[in-house]
Amino acid sequence: MRGTSLWRDAARRLLRNRLAVAGAVVIVLLCLIAIFADFLAPLPYTKPNFGRLNEAPSRDYPLGTDQLGRDLLSRMIYGARVSMLVGLGAQVIVVLIGVPIGALSGYVGGRTDLFLTRFIDVMYAFPRLLFVILVMSMLGAGLVNIFIAIGFTGWVGIARQTRAQVLAIKEKEFVDGARALGAGFGRLLVRHVLPNSLTPIVVSVTFGIPEAIFTEAALSFIGVGINPPTPSWGQMVGEGQQYIRSYWHLCVFPSIAIAITMLSFTFFGDGVRDALDPKLK
Amino acid sequence: MFQYAVSRILWLVPTLLAMALVTFLVMHATPGSPLDPVAEGANPLSPEAQKNLAEHYGLDKPLPQQFLIFVGKAIRGDFGASFVYKTRTVAEILRETFPISLLLGSMALALAIAGGLTLGILAAVYQNRMWDYVSVTLATFGVAVPNFVLAVFLIILFSFVVPLFPTGGWDSPRDWVLPTVALALAPMGIIARFTRASMLEVIRADYTLTARAKGLGECPVIFKHALKNAFIPVVTLLGPMFAAVGTGSFFVESIFRVPGMGRFFVLSMTGRDYPMIMAVVLTYGAFLAVMNLVVDLLYGVLDPRIRY
Repeated sequence: MRGTSLWRDAARRLLRNRLAVAGAVVIVLLCLIAIFADFLAPLPYTKPNFGRLNEAPSRDYPLGTDQLGRDLLSRMIYGARVSMLVGLGAQVIVVLIGVPIGALSGYVGGRTDLFLTRFIDVMYAFPRLLFVILVMSMLGAGLVNIFIAIGFTGWVGIARQTRAQVLAIKEKEFVDGARALGAGFGRLLVRHVLPNSLTPIVVSVTFGIPEAIFTEAALSFIGVGINPPTPSWGQMVGEGQQYIRSYWHLCVFPSIAIAITMLSFTFFGDGVRDALDPKLK
Repeated sequence: MFQYAVSRILWLVPTLLAMALVTFLVMHATPGSPLDPVAEGANPLSPEAQKNLAEHYGLDKPLPQQFLIFVGKAIRGDFGASFVYKTRTVAEILRETFPISLLLGSMALALAIAGGLTLGILAAVYQNRMWDYVSVTLATFGVAVPNFVLAVFLIILFSFVVPLFPTGGWDSPRDWVLPTVALALAPMGIIARFTRASMLEVIRADYTLTARAKGLGECPVIFKHALKNAFIPVVTLLGPMFAAVGTGSFFVESIFRVPGMGRFFVLSMTGRDYPMIMAVVLTYGAFLAVMNLVVDLLYGVLDPRIRY
C-alpha cells in the first residue's frame, strides 16, 4: 500500500471546509491577476497624467489616480504580482535553508545539534521584523533583496519544527529497519525520515506565505521594500496614508487588497492545518 | 527552579552579545557612510574633514575594537551622539521616546489581554453560537490583517465616517485611543483564539464535570475552575505578544504620528543613524529577551506541574 491515504484524506477534509475553499478560490484569482497583469491593467502602471492628480474614482479611472496621476487600478493589479511573487518565492528559500538545517540538527545530534539549536535560539530571540528591516537597510530596496531578507530570517521556525519532527521519527522501528538493511545516511534522511515529517512543514509553509506577503507590505510601507516605480500594495498604503485626510482612496483600496489577501491565506492555512491534523478527524 | 532561573539569566548575556554583534556587522556592511554629505549630489567633504569626523566618532579604528568600545559603553547606557540629530545623544532621545512607546505598548497589551480573554471565554461558553462567530471573526481579522491596514480602516471609520477621534498626534488621552486599538487587535486575536481552544478543552475535563455535579452555578464553574486552568497555556503567548506589540509600534506610531521609539527607528533607518539604530535594536532585543524570561519563569510559578 502506498502512503497517499493521509494526503487524499486531508484533501477531502479540506474541500469540505467552506472558508478554506473560498480562500483558495481568492488565492487562485490573485495568482491569475498577477500572471495576466499585462492584459488586465487598463493603463501602464508608470503612465502619469499630470492634469488629473489625486482624483477620486470616476468612469475613466475606476479607483482614481495617485499623486502622479497614475491609474490606481492598474497599479493595484501589478501590486498583486509583487505580493504573490514574494509570498511564494520567499517560501522556497525558507524551505531550502530551514529544512536541511533542521533535519541535520535533529538527525546527527550531538555537538552539531547543540551548536545549531543555540544558533537557532539566538536567531529566534531576535524580533523577526526588526531583523528583516536591518537586513533590507543593508542590502537596499528591491525585489530580490526582499527574497533574501525574508529567506534568511524566516528559516528558523521551519528548522525548529523539522528538527523536532526528525528527532521523534528517527527512533522509530522502520528507520532502524532501513538502517539494518544497509541504507546510508543520505538515503535514510531523504527517503525515510523527511517524508514522514512533512505535515508540520506543509503547515508552516502555508502560514509562511501570508507572513512573507505581510513582511513585504510592511517593508514597502516604511520605504525599504520595493523600489518605485514598481507598485506594491504596502508602498501604496505607506504613501497614501500621509494624504488620508484629503485623498482617502489612495490608501483605502490597497489596504482592502492586503486585507483580502491576508484573510484568504489565513482561511486556507487554517483549513490545511485542520485537514492534516489526525486528531480532528 | 532556582538553578533554572540562574542559568536562564546567565544565558541572557551571550544572547544579547550575539544580537549586538549581528546588528553591528549588518550596520557596517551597509553601503553608504554617515560621513557622506547629507544632501544628495552635494560635494563630498574634504578628506581632512572626513578624517576628523571619523576620528571624532571613532570610525577610524579597526572593527573589532569599535565593537568592544561600543559594547563597553552600551553597558553603561551610553550609545553616543546621534549622527542625524547632532546636538543630542542617543540616550537622550531614547529617554524621551521610550516612555511614550512603553505607555502605548502597555495600554495595547492590557487591552489585548482583557479583550482577548473576554472574547475567548465568550466563544468557548457559547460554542457554535453567535458570540462564538463574532469573536472568532474579530480574532481572525486581528491576526490576519496587518496593523497598518487596520489603522487605515480605523481612521476611516472613527475619524471620518463617525468623527470620534483625531487622525493622529499624541497630546491628549483622546489621541491615545485609535493607536492603542490598532496595536492591540493582533495580539488580542491571538489571545482570543488560544483562550477559546484551551477553555474548550478545560470545559470538558472531568474536574469541571465534578464542579457542576457538586451543584455549582455557571459563573463559579467558568471563572474558578475552568478559567484558572485555561489561562496557563495563554501565559506562554505573552512573550511573542511583547514582540508583536514592539515591532507593531513602528507602523502604528508612524501612521498616527506618535513621537515614540518606533517612529524614530523608522526615521533613523533612512538617515543611516548607526548609533540610533543599534540602540533601538538592542533596547527592543533586551526588553524582549527579559520579558520572555519573565514569562517562562512565571509559567513555572503558575503551573505547579512544571518542574525544572
